[in-house]
Amino acid sequence: MEKVSVWDLPDVPEGQLPSHIQLQRTRVHCNPDAPTHTENVQYSGAYSSVGVDNSLQLEQFRKNFRVEVIRLGKEDMEFDMIGVDPSLANAFRRILIAELPTMAIEKVLIANNTSVVQDEVLSHRLGLIPINADPRLFDYKSENDDPKENNTIVFKLHVRCERGGPRLTVKSDQLKWLPNGSEFSLETSAAKSTAKPKTYTTFHTSQETLHDFSKKPIAPCHPDIILSKLGPGQEIELEAHAVKGMGKTHAKWSPVATAWYRMLPEVVLLQQVEDERAEKLVKTCPVNVFDIEDVGKGKKRAIVARPRGCTLCRECIREDEFKQDVALRRVKDHFIFTIESTGALPPEVLFTEAVKILEDKCERVITELS
Amino acid sequence: MVAKENEQDVGIDKQFLAAPVKSAVDKFQLLPEFLKVRGLVKQHLDSFNYFVRTGMKNIVRANKEIRSTVDKNVYLRYKSVRIGEPSVVVNSVMDQLSPHRCRLSDITYAAPIYVDIEYVTESNGKKSTATKSDVIIGKMPIMLRSCCCLLYGKDEEELARLGECPLDPGGYFIVKGTEKVILIQEQLSKNRIIIDTDKKGCVQASVMSSTEARKSKTVIVMEKEKIYLSLNQFEKKVPIMAVMKAMGMESDQEVVQMLGRDPRYGALLLPSIEECASHHVYTQQEALEFLEGKVAKSRFYSASVEKEGRAMVILRDVFVANIPVRENNFRLKCMYVAVMLRRMMEAIINKDAMDDKDYVGNKRLELSGQLLSLLFEDLFKTLNEEAVKEVDAFLNKPSRSRFDFSTYITRGRITVGLERALSTGNWDVKRFRMNRKGMTQVVARLSFIGTLGMMTRIQPQFEKSRKVSGPRALQPSQWGMLCPCDTPEGEACGLVKNLALMTHVTTDQEEGPIISLCYCLGVEDLELLSGEELHAPNSYLIILNGLILGKHRRPKQFAQAMRKLRRAGKIGEFISIFVNEKQHCLYIASDGGRVCRPLVIADRGVSRIKEHHMKELKDGMRNFDSFLREGLIEYLDVNEENNALIALYEGEATIDTTHIEIEPFTILGVCAGLIPFPHHNQSPRNTYQCAMGKQAMGNIAYNQLCRMDTLIYLLVYPQRPLLTTRTIELVGYDKLGAGQNATVAVMSYSGYDIEDAIVMNKSSLDRGFGRCIVMKKLAAVHQKYANNTSDRIIRPQRDGRNAEKMQILDEDGLAAPGEIIRPQDVYIYKQSPIDTKNTISGTVPESFYKDSWQTYKGPEGETAVVDRVALSTDRNDNMSITFMIRHTRRPEVGDKFSSRHGQKGVCGTIVQQEDFPFSERGICPDLIMNPHGFPSRMTVGKMIELLGGKAGVSCGRFHYGSAFGEPSGHADKVEVISETLVKHGFSYTGKDFIYSGITGMPLQAYIFMGPIYYQKLKHMVLDKMHARGSGPKVMMTRQPTEGRSRNGGLRVGEMERDCLIAYGASMLIYERLMISSDPFEVQVCRKCGLLGYYNSKLKAAICSTCKDGEKISTLKLPYACKLLFQELQSMNIVPRLQLTEA
Ligand code: SF4
Repeated sequence: MEKVSVWDLPDVPEGQLPSHIQLQRTRVHCNPDAPTHTENVQYSGAYSSVGVDNSLQLEQFRKNFRVEVIRLGKEDMEFDMIGVDPSLANAFRRILIAELPTMAIEKVLIANNTSVVQDEVLSHRLGLIPINADPRLFDYKSENDDPKENNTIVFKLHVRCERGGPRLTVKSDQLKWLPNGSEFSLETSAAKSTAKPKTYTTFHTSQETLHDFSKKPIAPCHPDIILSKLGPGQEIELEAHAVKGMGKTHAKWSPVATAWYRMLPEVVLLQQVEDERAEKLVKTCPVNVFDIEDVGKGKKRAIVARPRGCTLCRECIREDEFKQDVALRRVKDHFIFTIESTGALPPEVLFTEAVKILEDKCERVITELS
Repeated sequence: MVAKENEQDVGIDKQFLAAPVKSAVDKFQLLPEFLKVRGLVKQHLDSFNYFVRTGMKNIVRANKEIRSTVDKNVYLRYKSVRIGEPSVVVNSVMDQLSPHRCRLSDITYAAPIYVDIEYVTESNGKKSTATKSDVIIGKMPIMLRSCCCLLYGKDEEELARLGECPLDPGGYFIVKGTEKVILIQEQLSKNRIIIDTDKKGCVQASVMSSTEARKSKTVIVMEKEKIYLSLNQFEKKVPIMAVMKAMGMESDQEVVQMLGRDPRYGALLLPSIEECASHHVYTQQEALEFLEGKVAKSRFYSASVEKEGRAMVILRDVFVANIPVRENNFRLKCMYVAVMLRRMMEAIINKDAMDDKDYVGNKRLELSGQLLSLLFEDLFKTLNEEAVKEVDAFLNKPSRSRFDFSTYITRGRITVGLERALSTGNWDVKRFRMNRKGMTQVVARLSFIGTLGMMTRIQPQFEKSRKVSGPRALQPSQWGMLCPCDTPEGEACGLVKNLALMTHVTTDQEEGPIISLCYCLGVEDLELLSGEELHAPNSYLIILNGLILGKHRRPKQFAQAMRKLRRAGKIGEFISIFVNEKQHCLYIASDGGRVCRPLVIADRGVSRIKEHHMKELKDGMRNFDSFLREGLIEYLDVNEENNALIALYEGEATIDTTHIEIEPFTILGVCAGLIPFPHHNQSPRNTYQCAMGKQAMGNIAYNQLCRMDTLIYLLVYPQRPLLTTRTIELVGYDKLGAGQNATVAVMSYSGYDIEDAIVMNKSSLDRGFGRCIVMKKLAAVHQKYANNTSDRIIRPQRDGRNAEKMQILDEDGLAAPGEIIRPQDVYIYKQSPIDTKNTISGTVPESFYKDSWQTYKGPEGETAVVDRVALSTDRNDNMSITFMIRHTRRPEVGDKFSSRHGQKGVCGTIVQQEDFPFSERGICPDLIMNPHGFPSRMTVGKMIELLGGKAGVSCGRFHYGSAFGEPSGHADKVEVISETLVKHGFSYTGKDFIYSGITGMPLQAYIFMGPIYYQKLKHMVLDKMHARGSGPKVMMTRQPTEGRSRNGGLRVGEMERDCLIAYGASMLIYERLMISSDPFEVQVCRKCGLLGYYNSKLKAAICSTCKDGEKISTLKLPYACKLLFQELQSMNIVPRLQLTEA
């Protein structure tokens, strides 16, 4: 090869990145051995030498940012978030997992438990039950707060397996909501025979009258979560108090089963793959990313038909055969976001809530700064 | 010629080909079948059953008559003996016992020993014989699941009704409420000639003789070319030729003839003959007189011995005691000695002929039945002797009224003796000169596998401190019999072994029929042979259990015939026939304690088990026994294995193959069988896992919540491993798992994962990963006293000073189940009488009782809960109250976890889920393991487990990883696993594209991630963490106490002190060793140098020696130093202090 001095090379055009740099900036390269260029270039002046401004422009962001809902179910949704930085997408993910409040059982008052499941374990199981109550309608309950109608939901569980009967499976639908608060009276107040004995909660009004609870009574999201099994003669009687909390404290308050994203896969055929090789390539992919296109004259050619389905199994670049032909990439600013709600709030609401929390946080930072 | 040979070859081949097509028959199904009939602890049960059914009867028969020495007409005869049902006598009513009841109420699970007797009674001076049946002479502790046990042959439902876990193997005893197992004892085989070298390198032949009557050790040793006999009864070594002469072999020529024609043997014997002549020993008489002079003195001999001459008696009864001498005919014994000498000389000529003591074929395993039988024999004899003594004493009394012999044998001696031996583990049998300690151990109920592992453990014969490598090394003959992996680390390494999965330990079988059978099959009787013929080259010696029966001219045919008879079931299936071509011997063994294992018989390389057999097995038309009966399978012991050519798989069989392995993974034991893909791991890792599997928490037994053990560790959500092995299914680990399937990402994270630490996901812990329950037992006794008073449990005080402490008590004065118990809480409000000696009359006043409540002393900050309260009666008829205290723990930093590949690590940090990396599919690992754990450990099996587990969860099928299972399909191949992974969209390497949970960007590497079965080990920080500022001190030295349990200080030891000295940190030493420890101010007299004291009345320091307060100085020194001075003074040593400045 002829030796060319660097100085003799043509100038890099101003105001525009060379294509390979551009590729590195916008794509993760999923090579067979390891992914490269996974990082985002944050520094605004990173490309100033070629006259490219890498700073984040609000205008630009507004123009590029898009959200496309792909699938929306009762409990899960998938949407594309296009034109954001991974740190932003990650912030939403983190907020969804850890900072969105829900209601979960925190305190269990056990009057009787003769089942095989130990008290602590039963309480732990109760805690993990998702509760179908909008946490936005409740306040946080701090240590010294009295349990009141605006911060506590009380459930009752009383099951007994009769002697001589068959064994019983206690499921979450046996948890009965007590809109008027606890029914267990405090021992100390038993002496005073006032009209209403003091209980573990101080509800002023029934929760049924508040909000829409009469229409949509509070209950566990799923009726078939097994809590315990009872043999003949065994009994469970308890009261469970649910309060508002965050996933940070305990996973039971996390409103999502999980929330995550993945970057949009981009599968590129660098060279034409034809005929038998094309067929072979199509066959190697377990999720049918590739397809065959007739180019006429009995010739066939492989095309990338469904890149979105790529799971990055790297099967297509496992053998040397297609290593040169196929490039697996990820688009750095296109996120396929999935939210699996536990059921307390629909996933789309969860996301908007997450946005609100992020907003709050930003506001807090701004006020702190100013 | 060549062509002819070829023809022959072809001919053979044709025959070979005519055999049914060799297709690999899946013989795995045999294994569960085998375990069904055998169980996991059959060796224990068989041994015990043998003892109960046969051994005990033999003992009683051998000692069936006892007679008074005073009046020979007074006798008692045992007619039969048997064991009843386990029971206990409560208020003189026989009450059936269930094992679980014994565990709960601290009683022994024992059954009465009934005898039928005939005896002499005397009333009013008239003697008459009477018979009585069902006389109880004692109680025998019963092994669980043995033929005498209540649980014998019960199905799962019945077991559940009895409160028993169906998966529990049995094989142990319950003595005073604790489960005790008699460990399998390893011993050198008895009655066999062993050729080896002694410490000085001299070749010796030794025989450990053991008969019912005697146990002795005979050693013939070659020292400086001359051969001697060394026997305990002789003061020093005696020349062997003198012994031979004493036994009647007066002719040297005959002795030489007995050794064989080869002049080399004669030459080796020559120096000995010369030596004998130098002592002028030529005739039997001279020899006996010569030996008489060598007999060790100061031994008690009875009159009859004196008459015959002690040497004679020793030669007859002690010297190679296993060879019987009938009517003073020593010929057999001479022959035997000749064989010993010959083998010794062979070893001298050819070093290869030396025996290997560590060879498994030369070992015998002593099981509970044999040990109990020794104990029982001793106790039974003692009982009889004592009965005779008492009867004699009674008969000697001049005025006696009624006399009944049968009343003298119903003492509690046997009951107490057996119980004591089992509970202490000390086998102290004077009669057999046996004094062994630590024979029994408490069954470890830490984990199910630990319990099983205990049942298969083999205790070594040597003490552990010996620095020898031979017995510790892995013996090739161990193959298939003893697990190559399962041995502890450290001092007992290689000495303590474990049985493999299919090993069986034999029990004794009667010799009589075998002997007559041998003679029928053409064995020439030894007594009819001349000395010359003994080693005739073309015939083999036939040796049964160390006893030379005779010779056979066609040993191969003889062996063939014997084996055929065995396969046909005509003789016992455990009899081994071993042709030793080197020694020109054929050994038949029918004794107990040999290890053996089943193998499939092959004829000319073709397995006898065909497809249709297995089909019949599947259809339930066959069982393991029918395979055995029809000669498809047989048991081989280690010796006979030497005559067999065993193919690993059917496909590998050649025409010479005689046997085929059932399944290769059965060379491993129970503990090693849990490891998936152990054959891919570095071998020490498997050994580590064997030790760790026993510490893993999980389910103990189905009845775990009803058990009242002192300490129980349980996992809240135990799981079945995703990657199982066949062994796991066979032993029931899939039902009583001890671990959880954790999704593991192999990557480095946060730096808190160095040195094998693991990083855990907080949300996983929140959701119940690694949660465990620790239960401890508290006990209290409601004691009854001699003066008819007793403790009382009373109502708690509801107000007043102690009310707070008694919050958790119920009205009955006992802690209520479900209450949270804190340190200092009273859990039983008990009062004891002040006076327990003198009898009290009338009503007792309230002041008669003093409080003796018991308080809970748990660690602060742990919220324990009273789980159960149980009331039961103990042995002394006192009410005992047991409380189980439960504490549920979630994993915390410092808790120990381990995978099944000897990879242990502590939890290094706990990280929020959102900070954890996540995969393309949203999977977040439960824990992160550092990849540095792999290169040096080489646990490839763990990686395959991860792959297999990942494939398992994605396709919904449990994958298998049995040892060496790939060829037979009991382990999935990596290629197949990878294919499954690819099919479900994973990379074939198991490495995923992972996003960082912190930055949100993809990681710059693909991460190896998938489920691995993790065990939580019993070592938890909560039980170990300890620190103290100031605290208790030891009274005597005034130094801080030692140990966590006493809230002790942390010691600055010698080495730490050395460091400080080297560093020159003198003030720090001063502070650590004195100020923070035991500073003390002393008054020293400058005159005499002794310690004085400070008289606070006179406000002056005085030296008590000088009676003077003049020259006293005060100085500080450690109290321990002052103590030393005083202690020295007390032993008449005067330490004087000379002060340079004062
Ligand atoms: S990485 Fe796997 S899923 Fe993606 S295109 Fe290649 S073969 Fe298909």
